[in-house]
This record gives sequence, structure tokens and C-alpha cells, in this order.
Amino acid sequence: MNIFRILDSIQQVDGDAAGRLAHSTRRMFMNRVGSTLASAAVPTVFASIVNKAYAATPSVTDILNFALTLEYLEETFYFQANRMTNFIPAEYTLVFHQIERHETQHVTFLKSALGAAAVDRPQFDFTYGGAFPDAWTNFMTFITISAALEDTGVRAYKGQAGNLIGSPQILEYALQVHSVEARHASLVRRIIGKLKNDPMMKGWITQDKGFPPAVYKGATPESNTVHGGLDAATLSGIGSISRDNVTEAFDEPLTMEEVLAIAGPFIKKMGM
Amino acid sequence: MNKTLTQISEPSDGAMLSKVGRRYFLRSAGVAAATGAFILGACTEQDLVTDDTVNLGSGDIGILNYAYALEQLEAAFYTQVMATPYLNMTDMEKWILTDIRDHEIVHREFFKTALGSAAIKGLTPNFSAIDFADRRSVLGAAKLFEDTGVAAYNGAGKLIKSVDYLLIAGKIVSVEARHASAIADLINPNALEFASGQIDEMGLEHAYSPSVILSGVQPFVMDKISGKDLPR
Repeated sequence: MNIFRILDSIQQVDGDAAGRLAHSTRRMFMNRVGSTLASAAVPTVFASIVNKAYAATPSVTDILNFALTLEYLEETFYFQANRMTNFIPAEYTLVFHQIERHETQHVTFLKSALGAAAVDRPQFDFTYGGAFPDAWTNFMTFITISAALEDTGVRAYKGQAGNLIGSPQILEYALQVHSVEARHASLVRRIIGKLKNDPMMKGWITQDKGFPPAVYKGATPESNTVHGGLDAATLSGIGSISRDNVTEAFDEPLTMEEVLAIAGPFIKKMGM
Repeated sequence: MNKTLTQISEPSDGAMLSKVGRRYFLRSAGVAAATGAFILGACTEQDLVTDDTVNLGSGDIGILNYAYALEQLEAAFYTQVMATPYLNMTDMEKWILTDIRDHEIVHREFFKTALGSAAIKGLTPNFSAIDFADRRSVLGAAKLFEDTGVAAYNGAGKLIKSVDYLLIAGKIVSVEARHASAIADLINPNALEFASGQIDEMGLEHAYSPSVILSGVQPFVMDKISGKDLPR
């Protein structure tokens, strides 16, 4: 159910992904459903899956599988990069090994939390459907994707915190992963700033600075300054602090659908 | 002995914060790993209140005041750091520390305004253990405050009842984590420190209860802070 839901979500929000994923979805759907259910029941089951894809609050299992899919994506990305020769500059190898280590720990943790309900590792396409053709030959492209993945991770966990409010321990685990992703994002962004000699590319997000834009925009863009109805940019006590600095002081959430639209093109084929 | 914020610009006697920090973290770790008896002990101590004690309050308001107290401390610290920059502060360090100062002031003013009449008073920090003229002391203290802030928000999340407040805490904690990463990387560039020490073998960053955090930060605040009515 969880895999279907993720795929259905991707397809509904990303037209391009829908075309590419249709084949594998159909095949997986037939494998999964065909083996366990009589064919007459299939249309009803499919309708209920589609309806559930946009249920108001995703279940804890759905959220953890959503997180696991993102962690698989990150882990696979760093695993491959860290095993290439002469790709990651020597001064940054410790950094990217440390990040990979955490992503592996997160995958292990989420898989053990989910048990039999855990989704399998998808097959990934880090060229993003051809948008990043030099992902594995150009370190600047690699590190741009890295920052996008980390910042998406931060925003994704943040976006699900409210949905976990009824499961305090799971919420705490999610927050404990969330801040680790933010630590990664901060350093990766700072390395990009250094390599590009761009002082406005900081460890924190100024307005919605970063690439690709979808990672930093959304229903509540990173440039947002209104939190709980209070506009932090107009607080009387902040004196001459710039609006840029105010936007940096708060990170913003992405919805599950927004995250899946971003992550979709990285997913070539869902795990079976 | 007790210095107010305005007196802190005098060079202190060099009591190294790194020592304080280590002691604090050892103690925190011990408390976190120990049974509830230790935590209860800390709370009993806080119950011995005088009239000057700042009570954070209860429920979500209490948690917001808890965050407000921590942000006050951080904002005061970075304000002092940039008012009396340590020797040979590089341009990059200046940009980073100034940005962080401004973020913490925004956080402080946000909570102050959001809490309105329910806000605790302005706290008087005690930074006598920090040598503001010394880079190591300042960055060591910054790391301690940022790591503490992240662990505090991580531990407070599950105590929050309102989804809106939980989201706001989430918006702030990741910025504190970005700070923690940058500060650690200033201390030891491109090493493991940007994301180590505060993270366990499951890849989870520390999450500490308010009682653990408050006993850790109390030495940096002149006022006695009580979290006895906070949710737990």
C-alpha cells in the first residue's frame, strides 16, 4: 500500500514522472495485487488506493516509509560517490563519508522501526531524468544535488512533524534525524559557497537561495517570514536586522506531495 | 564575582569555557543515561525557589518560555561576541557570527512578541566563564550553546500540544543545527565535527529533557530559572 501511495502521489503531482513511472507501476501493481487477489476485486482495490493517497493525515507507517525512501536516495547517492576514485576532492572526503554514515544509520533505523512494512530500496537515476547529465563526472553538479537532497530532507521531516504529534516517540526520532540533515545541509551549502566564491550561499537559506528552485519554494517557501500568524520581519525589537537575515532564521516545511514531486525524477523504479 | 552583561567586556580571568563545557556535557550525559532519580533530584533543587526565581510556566506557554529563555541566552552571547570581537577574527568568522547573532535576536524577539504578557522577564546572563578575547573560548562556547539548543528543541518537541507551535519549533531547530554545524566547522574545518559528538550510533542527534538542559545552562544565567511546571 505504501509503495502505491508514494507512486500515486508522484504521478498526481508530476506529469513527467507519471509517464516514466506508469510502466513500472502497472507491472508492480499487477504483481502485487494479481498474486493475492482475485481479478474481479482489482478495480475496487485500485480505487481505494488512489483515494487513500490523499487522505488528510498519512499514517505513521506511511510517514516512515516516505522517510525511508528519502534516506535510501541519500545513502545510495553518497555510497556511489564515496567509492569513485578522484571524484570527491581530498579535503572533503571525510565530510561525505560522515554524511553517508549517517544516512546508512537512518536507513537501518527506519527499516528496523518498520519491520516487514518497510519499502524496498528503489532504483535511482541521479541524472534526474537527464537534467544533471554530469552528476558523476562534475563535482560541482554532485555537490549541488547533495545540497538539494539535504535541504529537501530537512524540509520533508519538518513537514511531517505535525502529523506525528500523536506518536511522541516517533516524533522525537524524526526530530533527531531532522537536525542531523540540517547539519549536513549547512556544511554542504557552505562548501558550495566557497567553491563558487559566492558569499550569499551560506549554511542557512537566504530568501529561497538554492538549486533547483523547487527545493526552496513550495506552498510555504523558504523566503516566508510569517510563522503562526506573526510576521518576524516586522517585529519591533529586531532593529535594523535585514529581511534576508529574518528569512534565514526560520527553515520552512515541504508537504509530502511537494517532496515527492522533487524526489520523483530521482526514482527510476520503486523497489519490489 | 557576578558580572552583568555590561561588565562582560572586561577580559575575564581566562576560566576556560571548554572545561565548563566538558563538565556540563559529561553531567548531561550522565543524567540522561541515569534513572529518573537524578532528574527528580534536579527538580527538587529547583523547587527551593526564592521570590526572584523565574518560573517558565506550564503547558505550551511554558515550553515557549523555555525556548525564549534559551534564545535570550544565545542572543546575548553573540551580541557580546560581536561587540568585543576576539583577536584576529577573520572576515568569514565575522559574517557567520554576525548572521547567527541576528538570527538569535530574531528568535528572541519572535518568542517575546508571541508570548506577550505571558513572557518571562529579560534574563541577566552570566558569561564569566567565557573569555571573549579568546577565539577558542568563544567558539567553544558558541558550539556548546548551539548543540544545547538543538538538543533542547529536539527534546521539547514531543512536549508541545499545538501543531502550530510544534511547526515553529521545527522551523527554528534546524537553523540552530545549521549554526552548530558551521561553528564546529570553524573550529575544525572539513573534519567530522560538523556532525559528530552530538549524534548517536543510530544517526540520531541528542534530545534532552528541559530539566537536563536547564541544569546545564543555569551556570550561564544570573537569575534562577525554574522549569518545575513544564510538561514532562
